[in-house]
Amino acid sequence: MTGKPMVRTLLTQGVPLLALYVVVLAGLNLGLIDDYLMATIATLCINIVLAVSLNLITGFTGQFSLGHAGFMAIGAYATGLITIAMPTVLGFIVGLLVGGLLSALVGFLIGLPTLRLRGDYLAIATLGLAEIIRIVLNNLEFTNGAAGLAGIPQLMDWNWFFILTVGSVILIRNFLRSRHGRDAIAVREDEIAAESIGVDTTRAKVLSFTVGAFFGGLAGGMYASYFYFIKPDTFGFLKSIDILVIVVLGGLGSLSGSVIAAILLAIISTVLQQFTELRMILYALLLVIIMVFRPQGLMGSREISLKVFGSLFKRKPAEPGEAR
Amino acid sequence: MSDILRIEKLTRNFGGLAAVSNVDLRLGEGELVGLIGPNGAGKTTVFNLLTGVYPPSSGTIAFTRDAQELSLGGRKPNVVCRAGVGRTFQNIRLFKDLTVLENVEIALQQNHRYSLAASFFRLPPFARTEAAVREESMELLALMGLAEKAEEQARNLPYGDQRHLEIARALATRPTLLLLDEPAAGMNPAETAELTGLISRLRTEFGLTILLIEHDMSLVMKICERIYVLDHGVVIASGTPAEVRANPRVIEAYLGEEA
Repeated sequence: MTGKPMVRTLLTQGVPLLALYVVVLAGLNLGLIDDYLMATIATLCINIVLAVSLNLITGFTGQFSLGHAGFMAIGAYATGLITIAMPTVLGFIVGLLVGGLLSALVGFLIGLPTLRLRGDYLAIATLGLAEIIRIVLNNLEFTNGAAGLAGIPQLMDWNWFFILTVGSVILIRNFLRSRHGRDAIAVREDEIAAESIGVDTTRAKVLSFTVGAFFGGLAGGMYASYFYFIKPDTFGFLKSIDILVIVVLGGLGSLSGSVIAAILLAIISTVLQQFTELRMILYALLLVIIMVFRPQGLMGSREISLKVFGSLFKRKPAEPGEAR
Repeated sequence: MSDILRIEKLTRNFGGLAAVSNVDLRLGEGELVGLIGPNGAGKTTVFNLLTGVYPPSSGTIAFTRDAQELSLGGRKPNVVCRAGVGRTFQNIRLFKDLTVLENVEIALQQNHRYSLAASFFRLPPFARTEAAVREESMELLALMGLAEKAEEQARNLPYGDQRHLEIARALATRPTLLLLDEPAAGMNPAETAELTGLISRLRTEFGLTILLIEHDMSLVMKICERIYVLDHGVVIASGTPAEVRANPRVIEAYLGEEA
């Protein structure tokens, strides 16, 4: 990457992001953002990381996974237990990393046998895996069983949310726009053709799945540290479905779609708070309506960057290969 | 002339059906050999066995590169590809949602590695390797007359260009043996003539050995040095185009008994 596009990326993507960061920070300091709103922002950030990482597996690599909440649980418990023992920023960072790596390891171990096969074996395996994780957590002594872990030090704040969410999206985007990501996308497009041109499809699938599991675990760590109370039932099957809904709604194979869908759903559920009784019915109805009119998801497999603004500054046409 | 490929007693059964049985076939280095036969004769099955799409029921496939002999039977397709066997498909299998350039890049990048860390953090090897892959891909596209269409989605290409792109993608894997499965299917006579020239040109330029499945007899007779004729999974004739054309068993297989 040469100097010019980098400057443009900074202008078109860095500046709006920084503005967002400052606005929320100011809102928090001026008391304009109350606890309730901050909890919504927290959920939103966690959902973005979850959706983007699941999209890597399902949308970009084409492997249907139904157990993302399982990875979230591993990350949440790892971060929770480690920060209870070591309630410092260092403990928090160690917790997040251990949670992510442990999720990645479990993902790797479950992915290796199932992803060698063609077809949707992964969906069944991950469905089972997430349940196993939940049941194990329910019965282990040091995780405090079904009662859950309470009193996790709240080390997550807006700074961390910003860094971890933006960082995760950038890292996953970088991955997708590298040879590793292109191998994964080739598998989704046509597995037989990909093999025939030398792509090690098993490796590509397992790698995507492992990376997706890592970020799923990271999101779990973010959750545990902000909401300071976790129990196994938080990470049940419905949570996996919630994440999948965001991914499908945003568009399989569109990172910006996942981000937009996560934001949209956060807004919808906030607005629907006032209809306590009808909330879930209205939520489901909205989903049905959106899927009827946009079956490919809000973004399909396209991306928007903030290039709309970029075109105001630039003179030469967009860099080849950037838009897909 | 040394053999680049030796197939002996190759057999593949699907249930009770012998799709390919006891096929012997050899290719000398640099040869252009045709594999013809009526529909369902087992031609594509031979390609699929060669490239590891499924393993043979029995028989051996020996491929030689740089004086090293390698048994291909039952290997995974990506291993076969990396050994130096490239192929195209009868029903074009492009990555349709990706750009023309990306289609070729994915094949080419298999020979250009960089670490996972370089991917995530855009370390220097990333930029360097990506630039090299892009440049080589563009060269290959230019050679195939697709350079101006590099940024188009593969699905939007005209049919003939899609065939060309599939050949470009196969060449990007740097094969020594290229298997072309009906490259002229669906092309008009002008396009076929152009393709004939292209195949000959690529063969010299890349030093390729080519095995060609084709139904267009004028193309096969014109450019192939030798021809194998397959019928019901069995090789019924082989030899020069003139010999094959005169062979009564071939005429019978193609035209039926009364001919």
